[in-house]
Amino acid sequence: MPKEADNSEAARPIAAAQPVIRIAELVKRYQDRNVLEHVNLDVYPAETMVIMGGSGCGKSTLLRILIGAIAPDGGRVELFGDNIADLDEHQMDAVRKRFGILFQSGALFNSMTVGDNVALPLREHTNLDEDTIAIMVRIKLEQVGLRHAMDLMPAEISGGMKKRAALARAIALDPEILFYDEPSAGLDPVTSAEIDQLILNLSRKLGVTSVVVTHEMDSAFRIADRMAMLDKGVMLKVASRQEFADIRDSAPSGDLNHDLIRQFLRGEDQGPITARRLGSDYEEDIMEAAENF
Amino acid sequence: MSLPVEHPRLVRAVGARTLGVLGYLGGMAILLAETLRWTTRGLFVPGVRFGRNAFMEQMVRVGVRSVGVVMLVQTFIGVILALQLAPTLKEYGQVDKVANIIGAGGFRILGPIITAVVLSGFAGASIAAELGTMVVSEEVEALEAIALNPIRYLVVPRVLATLIMMVLLSVVADLMIAVGGWLASRVALGPTTYMGYFQHMRDQLRYRDFFTGLVQAAVFGLLISGIACLEGLRVRGGAEGVGKATTMTVVYSIVAIVIAACVFTVIFYVFGF
Repeated sequence: MPKEADNSEAARPIAAAQPVIRIAELVKRYQDRNVLEHVNLDVYPAETMVIMGGSGCGKSTLLRILIGAIAPDGGRVELFGDNIADLDEHQMDAVRKRFGILFQSGALFNSMTVGDNVALPLREHTNLDEDTIAIMVRIKLEQVGLRHAMDLMPAEISGGMKKRAALARAIALDPEILFYDEPSAGLDPVTSAEIDQLILNLSRKLGVTSVVVTHEMDSAFRIADRMAMLDKGVMLKVASRQEFADIRDSAPSGDLNHDLIRQFLRGEDQGPITARRLGSDYEEDIMEAAENF
Repeated sequence: MSLPVEHPRLVRAVGARTLGVLGYLGGMAILLAETLRWTTRGLFVPGVRFGRNAFMEQMVRVGVRSVGVVMLVQTFIGVILALQLAPTLKEYGQVDKVANIIGAGGFRILGPIITAVVLSGFAGASIAAELGTMVVSEEVEALEAIALNPIRYLVVPRVLATLIMMVLLSVVADLMIAVGGWLASRVALGPTTYMGYFQHMRDQLRYRDFFTGLVQAAVFGLLISGIACLEGLRVRGGAEGVGKATTMTVVYSIVAIVIAACVFTVIFYVFGF
């Protein structure tokens, strides 16, 4: 079992505050398939919420809806108290300036240096002069430990450095919420742990609300205050990290959801998730293919 | 089950193709309308940025880098025209009129259209590849996420730069066709042709010959950059998608340019321009 950093003191008083993100009865369909089915989730100020789930469970779709990249088919997403579906382009841009996102690939602008990548939001959205921007870029890069890479091109730096640089760009406008899409994807374990530490530091030092989408359990247990388990578009459970750790360390209970979550957290190759996959209409599938000859 | 399938399948295929074309034209119309909206906002609404640096960068990339190729190609076009026309004109004893024909043909259509074909490969393909790669590597999504509209930030500078550079390059192209024709006359067609060459051309040409060419050039520039941006931003599915977008940009651009040129020619012909 992965050793968990002791950040229980970071379990912040959250009960009294209004949620910064409120997802209510969210529905998203692609063709006939329901990708998200009546998903509910509240995220409170300054907490780190980890959304977990297997490939294709809808977690990336959920993230894209949260940042306003795609529109939901039903339900509400409230950021800072506003339903984002009600916002016009201009108002949505105002909301976008209040959050940052770290894309899975980093998504740095490859035609610009690392420094210019971080400077871009400052140049476009503030009236700061170039000297001030240069100083701020240095500060942001220092926060992610990349000050030396300011003049390098994205193609010249490693995957871990790209994520750091992208993170520096994401925090350029001092956002109140940070979204992370698979922050440890494609990184070695040490780099991945460093990125996790960075996420923790940013959340503690800057008081940022963090939403992390991941399927890396080591990483999830390191950074989460609370966790949410998404499975086939359904939100199975939202609970504290400790509760999820308890499920992970418990014995199979016979309750389907419990065992499903347990298998996922433990990363085992046998359990309800695999049983479901094997039991999927394989025979009908073959017969149908044969009929269509 | 099998009998009535044939007919609906044909109808469906035609319908699907028609919808595809309409959808494409609609996408193009929306893209250009948005481009116009952001351009006017950038120029007239205080607080909305126009992105002058990006615009200059694109002008250099589209125009300055292709000026050599355009000059080279158009000079040869002038040479080709002179030498292809000469034998027929000789039969009528009118070889000295080669300058008149090159002037009219070059300024009115060949200058702009050949420049447009060169630019569709030079600028169109590279814009599509660039934007396509940005889509694939999530850069366009990242732009939106930091509240930068991709139309304003990516499309507007490219469309405007291509449009302006297309017009300016056409002026260069017109001159080079004339020069190419003169060179061929000087070398191959004898003193009666080349001595009065530029005088003949000047006698022939009216301002409208020049301006109708430039109007077409502007429209070609709009078509090339619009198609390139649309193809680039529509890319799905990795490197293969980028390659496809690049190829289709060149194909669609050339088709669109020729159709537009034909429409213009008919209009100019009917109205006597």
